[in-house]
Amino acid sequence: MSEPVSALGGASFHGFATIREIGPLGMITLRAKGVKALDKAVKAVTDTKLPAPRRIEINGEKACGWMSPDEYLLIVPYAEVSATLASLAKSLAGEHHLAVDVSDARAIFRVEGDKAADVLRKLSPVDFEMLQPGELRRTRAAQVAAAMWAQDAGFTVVCFRSVAGYVMGLLTHSAQPGSEL
Amino acid sequence: MSTRLAKGGRLINRTQPVEFSFNGKRLKGFQGDTLAAGLLANDQMLVGRSFKYHRPRGIVAAGPEEPNALVNLGAGGRLEPNQRTTTTELFDGLESTSQNHWPSLEFDVGVVNNYAARFMPAGFYYKTFIHPRPAWKHLFEPIIRRAAGLGKAPTEGDADRYEQAYAFCDVLVVGAGVAGLKAAKAAADAGQRVILLEQTPILGGRAPVDDTEVEGKPVEDWISAMESDLMARDNVTIRTRTCGFGVYDHGYVLADERVADHTPGDGRPKHRLWRIRTGKIVTATGAIERPLSFAGNDIPGVMLAAAVRDYVVNYAVSPGDRTVVVTNNDSAYQTALALKAAGLDVPAILDARETADGALPQAARAAGIRVLTGKAIAKVKGGKRVTGVAVCAQAGEGSVQEEIACEAVAMSGGWSPVVHLWSHCGGKLTWDETLSAFIPDPSRPPLNHDGSAMVEVVGSAAGDLTLTGATVTIPPVWVMPQGAPIQLRSKMWLDYQNDVKVSDVQLASREGYVSVEHTKRYTTLGMATDQGKLSNINGLAVLADSLGQEIPQVGTTTFRPPYTPVTIGALAGESRGDIFQPLRRTPMHAQHEAAGAYFEPVGLWRRPYCFPRAGETHEQAVHREVLNTRQNLGLLDASTLGKIIVKGPDAGKFLDMLYTGVMSTLPIGKCRYGLMCNEQGFLSDDGVVARIDEDTWLCHTTSGGADRIHAWMEDWLQCEWWDWKVYTANVTEQYAQVAVVGPNARKLLQVLGGMDVSKEALPFMQWVDGTLGGFPVRAYRISFSGELSYEIAVPASHGAAFWDACVEAGKALGAMPYGTECLHIMRAEKGFIMIGDETDGTVIPQDLGLDWAISKKKADYLGKRGQERTFLASPDRWKLVGFDTLDGSVVPDGSYIIADGVNGNGQRNVQGRVTSTYYSPTLKRGIAMGLLKHGPTRMGEIVEFNTAAGGTVKARVRDAVFFDKDGEKQNV
Amino acid sequence: MLILECPYCGVKAEETELSPGYEAHLKRFGPGASPEEFEAYMFARKNPKGVHFERWRHTYGCGKWFLAARCTATLEVFGTYPAQVSEPPADIIAKIQARRPGWQPDGKVTK
Repeated sequence: MSEPVSALGGASFHGFATIREIGPLGMITLRAKGVKALDKAVKAVTDTKLPAPRRIEINGEKACGWMSPDEYLLIVPYAEVSATLASLAKSLAGEHHLAVDVSDARAIFRVEGDKAADVLRKLSPVDFEMLQPGELRRTRAAQVAAAMWAQDAGFTVVCFRSVAGYVMGLLTHSAQPGSEL
Repeated sequence: MSTRLAKGGRLINRTQPVEFSFNGKRLKGFQGDTLAAGLLANDQMLVGRSFKYHRPRGIVAAGPEEPNALVNLGAGGRLEPNQRTTTTELFDGLESTSQNHWPSLEFDVGVVNNYAARFMPAGFYYKTFIHPRPAWKHLFEPIIRRAAGLGKAPTEGDADRYEQAYAFCDVLVVGAGVAGLKAAKAAADAGQRVILLEQTPILGGRAPVDDTEVEGKPVEDWISAMESDLMARDNVTIRTRTCGFGVYDHGYVLADERVADHTPGDGRPKHRLWRIRTGKIVTATGAIERPLSFAGNDIPGVMLAAAVRDYVVNYAVSPGDRTVVVTNNDSAYQTALALKAAGLDVPAILDARETADGALPQAARAAGIRVLTGKAIAKVKGGKRVTGVAVCAQAGEGSVQEEIACEAVAMSGGWSPVVHLWSHCGGKLTWDETLSAFIPDPSRPPLNHDGSAMVEVVGSAAGDLTLTGATVTIPPVWVMPQGAPIQLRSKMWLDYQNDVKVSDVQLASREGYVSVEHTKRYTTLGMATDQGKLSNINGLAVLADSLGQEIPQVGTTTFRPPYTPVTIGALAGESRGDIFQPLRRTPMHAQHEAAGAYFEPVGLWRRPYCFPRAGETHEQAVHREVLNTRQNLGLLDASTLGKIIVKGPDAGKFLDMLYTGVMSTLPIGKCRYGLMCNEQGFLSDDGVVARIDEDTWLCHTTSGGADRIHAWMEDWLQCEWWDWKVYTANVTEQYAQVAVVGPNARKLLQVLGGMDVSKEALPFMQWVDGTLGGFPVRAYRISFSGELSYEIAVPASHGAAFWDACVEAGKALGAMPYGTECLHIMRAEKGFIMIGDETDGTVIPQDLGLDWAISKKKADYLGKRGQERTFLASPDRWKLVGFDTLDGSVVPDGSYIIADGVNGNGQRNVQGRVTSTYYSPTLKRGIAMGLLKHGPTRMGEIVEFNTAAGGTVKARVRDAVFFDKDGEKQNV
Repeated sequence: MLILECPYCGVKAEETELSPGYEAHLKRFGPGASPEEFEAYMFARKNPKGVHFERWRHTYGCGKWFLAARCTATLEVFGTYPAQVSEPPADIIAKIQARRPGWQPDGKVTK
């Protein structure tokens, strides 16, 4: 079998901030609400607590983000997706839930540098000065849906795979040298 | 002549000369000049021609209100028409040309309109070119359009980049004059996040020109102290060269930052559009001086008094050695004093008031300036520049008492507070009798989301015309002299840019225009690019007078954004070129590009339409793809197909409501075709549903429908059946999907190897998980072509590699990739419907003979009640059938089937229409599907389709399955 | 451009992050409904100048539908609330009446 390939094969751009396409990462959409075993089930796969609304709990390569009142985004290494799904199926057996692999449906970008936020300020109607550490913001980047959070002196931006080229174009346009805000 | 003074100029840097050009002439200016200041410093009084009469026009103002001095700036990919010289910063190498004249600015043939002016009154075009009717479109309009227009639109693509940015604050202050700086500081002191916008490059506004004091300090000192204070604060952001041009609902403000207008080509974005969301807006936008209406008030050299002062003090530019000041208020006396202080001559101040005894008039008299009260200008002398003025009594009819030679006239008709931003979202105005001006009424503000006042107005924008708050009185003087006869009134300009005169507004009133909004459109008063910043109040005062009404009764026209013109580039921002819109690409997109695919848009997706080979037309390629797929093997990138997981104890019940058929009974491992309708009963989407496990289904949707159908599902689950236990997930992009189609399809999968895809192991309309060629796959045995066909889903990260593997393995089997057009032809040959072709939002499944896919047993499904409506249940509906043209030709797309007689409008009656029509390479003739009244009962009948050319195409009605009616080809 | 606070995730979303869903609190009529009932469900809309209840979806956010009470004339927003109710909750009604004394949930105004 071939190696999994991210949408843009790891494209990058160096402007006043650095843009890097990363991944593929393992990503799982987990939908459940009011399920007792949920805390434990998530803890078992990402070793994080269940995030509060609009938060993301990050633990090394793994993370769990709050997407909506009944939806979480689990991030694990790509190779661990099957095992993670199996673990969830076991710990949530008998509970109404949905866990599905969306690793390949996404593109992930890192926007790095002192002025990384300036790149995103040009694309999203988000008050980045008020964005809390560990806050996961779902919004739009220009004309497409995106999720973003601050992480390791920069931001992680997630979008749909089919528009990866468009989002790379947006980030490149916004990070042009000399266009700092 | 206008010239540069030897000393002074608070904004210019004499050590930094710059060279620029106007109409090819090389001119010199200084850093800090505006283009207008640079032109005046070089005695370029004549800068353009007016719109209608091609009158010579000069610079009138010193700010964004300038109506006349518009130029083409730059060249080629950087050409910008209609740029205001008064707000354009001068830079080395600036190129400008004047507009609206031919062949030259000095000698303009169009000026003939000026001499014909009395034959071209308001409404001239409406009155003259109305008959004969066809002549407007073919004769008058093309000629008028050629003669009209100010600047020329650029013909090249814009060489610059633009961008947008979002900003958030508690208080947004628009305008960084003294009032704006004070407001910003007050908000900052209160701990608020503040953004301060200033349209010019510097803070402080106009106060320093008038040499005054603020809070006991000389104004320049006060401003620089304030600037340092604000700059040092973390909670204050100052943006210069940024015009807040529009106020919108809930504290949303748009502002245009001219980032690199003055440094073209330095790589920075030319403009940046700011989208600002603020808790509260403070407008400190100042006031604009009004012209006076006297004959010849448009001759180059007649300028606003404050503008004359600005040019002298800010740029050390003299408008002429001798300037006559004409006014109805005290502020113009400052201009006289400033001119005097610069060593220039002021032969007289003509004051329309009977007395003028304030401090400034007294100071003017003390400076030895001749002050004539109760006087007016009867007429300005001169053509392309002012040579003098004829003086008369304001109270009279214009009898000339004296002539005074001069090179410039500085006029002041009072001040109009800039109330635009207050008014954009509905802030109301009140007429101030003392100022003769509309000012914001704080008791009727525009409202914020919480019902609080969204905008506060401070400083002169609120009607406070002095920094000290002292009362200023401006008596109404709308026409000069008061009893001016028509000869004078027809030379008094209200709107310089659109050539609207006092006499035009009076004519409009006589012709019955009583509404200010109608008068505006009839005369075009205030409709030019300056949007009447100078002309509005004077115009409506003249209208009110003509109507015998008070000004507040007449009211103002509506103020709408933008305050000043905004270039389209800024509004488009990043949305140009490759990122004009988000193109969606499948994981195999690069492979298709390499194979020479010709793409077509399907929603935002780009899908290969066909894969033309060297020397092939698209049509030939499509036909080859159809024949090869039917005879050998075709590969289709079906990744765009929507895929939605529906899971939960109530998922079956939910899908039974969503689809017209029954999905709850679908056995695990099997597939079923389903239809979805909206609540009106009209067909909305279709696709194959697969039962994955006990409580999980996977719903395929059309390529364009995935997001819409997912949203539709969530709508019902969240808003209607919120107690049903169902979760959905849109997994469309998780999978790359390859349709392997044709007699050799199974052989290809066997070559790839890894799972049993035999007829027994994987029968039609079933699916199975496994591996193929080492890839983890889910294989669906479904067919949209009538051929033996599998759709193979692999994780998108392996999509490109799996496609390559199929192409490679298929070489020996005659595999060729095929595109969407081949797909369409093959499905039409089989009589399969296509959402968007056979449906258009008015078609129910029953119209398409899809009754078999509608459950008769179910008590309810979405659309069931809608379909029971009498007109949908009528036997007279147009229903789906197939057509064979008698001559084998292809029915033109969009054709209607004609019927006898004509309708009430004299149009031919129709009884049906074509929905899909193709040349079938398989059958070697045209095939068509369409909707025909009573269609299924009319088999064998001959009908006629109309054509655009006027003729008809005869066709025989038949069933819609043209090829392999018994399904033998896929039953292997 | 409106701002509405999503009651699920607390984001003060601007209009471009939302999708409109028109009038709220419609009662669905399915098979068996009279033509008048079906017409009321499908087509008859209040379209008031003043207090209005609307459906909005936080499309570019948590994806949830919510309901908003706002004034179509002044664009004031009285409140937003989750969609899983068949009529406006009491606290929303109270907020409206605090700003529009005399306003009644049936749309009538008592003096």
